[in-house]
Amino acid sequence: MTWLLDNLELIGRLTGEHLRLSAIPIVLGFVLSIPLGWVAYRYRLTRGLILTLVGLLYTIPSLALFVLLPAIIGTPFLSEANVVIALTIYAVAIMSRSVADALGSVDPDVKQAATAIGYSSFRRFWAVDFPLAGPVVLAGLRVVAVSTVSLLTIGAAIGIDTLGYLFTNGYQRGIIVSVLTGVVVTVVIALVLDRVLVVIGRALMPWTRASRSSERSGVTRAFMTARRVREAVP
Amino acid sequence: MNLFADAFAWILNPGNWEGRNSIPQFIGEHLWYTVLAMILASAIAIPLGWYIGHTGRGRDIAVAATGAARALPSFGLLFLFVMIGGVANRDSSVMIVLALLAIPPILAGAYAGFEAIDRRVIDAARSMGMTERQIVARVEIPLGLPLLWGGLRNAVLQVVATVVLVGFVRNATLGYPIVQGIQINRFDQMLGASVLIIVLALLLDAIFALLERYATPAGVRAGRNRDHRTSSTRRRAAGGATPASTEKEMSV
Repeated sequence: MTWLLDNLELIGRLTGEHLRLSAIPIVLGFVLSIPLGWVAYRYRLTRGLILTLVGLLYTIPSLALFVLLPAIIGTPFLSEANVVIALTIYAVAIMSRSVADALGSVDPDVKQAATAIGYSSFRRFWAVDFPLAGPVVLAGLRVVAVSTVSLLTIGAAIGIDTLGYLFTNGYQRGIIVSVLTGVVVTVVIALVLDRVLVVIGRALMPWTRASRSSERSGVTRAFMTARRVREAVP
Repeated sequence: MNLFADAFAWILNPGNWEGRNSIPQFIGEHLWYTVLAMILASAIAIPLGWYIGHTGRGRDIAVAATGAARALPSFGLLFLFVMIGGVANRDSSVMIVLALLAIPPILAGAYAGFEAIDRRVIDAARSMGMTERQIVARVEIPLGLPLLWGGLRNAVLQVVATVVLVGFVRNATLGYPIVQGIQINRFDQMLGASVLIIVLALLLDAIFALLERYATPAGVRAGRNRDHRTSSTRRRAAGGATPASTEKEMSV
């Protein structure tokens, strides 16, 4: 407990650093994935190519990627750029698949209707396709946000100041409270960020609240019917 | 490229292939931790996931737990459990953390596999007089296999990556040459170990991808092919009304 009170300043500083370093890959991953996901959605050839490539990149364990990047792109080994780029790669890997799936989930009738009333393809993408794909894109973004915050702690292994410092330093000095605090603060940041994204999503896509609740009750109804059928038969 | 030359020189150095702390030993340990954690997690998560999938009980808890598990930092959990468990029980603590991290994806794969089955198929099986046990064993488990293998594949990815971090608490696994490399400032060793880790992860993922494809019963594969065809004709039918206009519009 005294450790906690003595190190409030350190925890605050690391939390700030953690937020800054996790914001970059989340935003960058989101922005880069829109064109990439569109290309993957639009053309069969690029779909296989892009989704396979990001799938393979996603398979690389994070610490190995942190070490690999300086050798490939020539950044200094202890640079925070390595961690930011690695996490951006993971974000793009998750998000480009999400964006491709999301665009595929838009009702073709709606797209044709938009074209019929005179939308150009570019305007239709931003005004119709992308907003309607929004909920699925948001689901992908939430996964990215939570896993980025959690993976960023591993950056401490190569000396980057994140909440992971509380793990490595706490372990070396045998302070359990330090490690525990790190775990708790990381989880709290991840969950708060997740909530923030949900709230932003609701504000930007007011139509999803109505449709989602009806969808859920639809699922529940189907589920209840199935159970009733099951219980009726001995 | 020089860095990679050094890394491969480290990998190919015969001195690193024998004795204590050799590359084969690290690879063996890496696989050992991975396989054991997967078996442990599967033994818990598969039956539990099947139970949730079959009965629908505890589904909300399972969904929430799988979501929340993603937020847990594996790096911190590893240190936390090892410190709580004490030096003597390091291996058990490590194994508990690895299994804990593998459980959510396997659980999700197991119950999602059951839930994805068309309710009518199960009702048909029941109306033919199958007992609950028969429905689970002969209908739900085989039909749910593709998603279960998908869950196992996600889990093994997570475990292989976390076993790298085990190098911080034990002088073992392919993570150890990285940890040691950081301390003694040997980049060739760190990069060489990273290359080996990446190859190992890609190989394991490829094996699970093959299992995912071939462990699927022939009937399910046939059904999936049919689904593909219907969905593509539907898309063609929807877009088929104005194929020329769609093409033109996309090229604008």
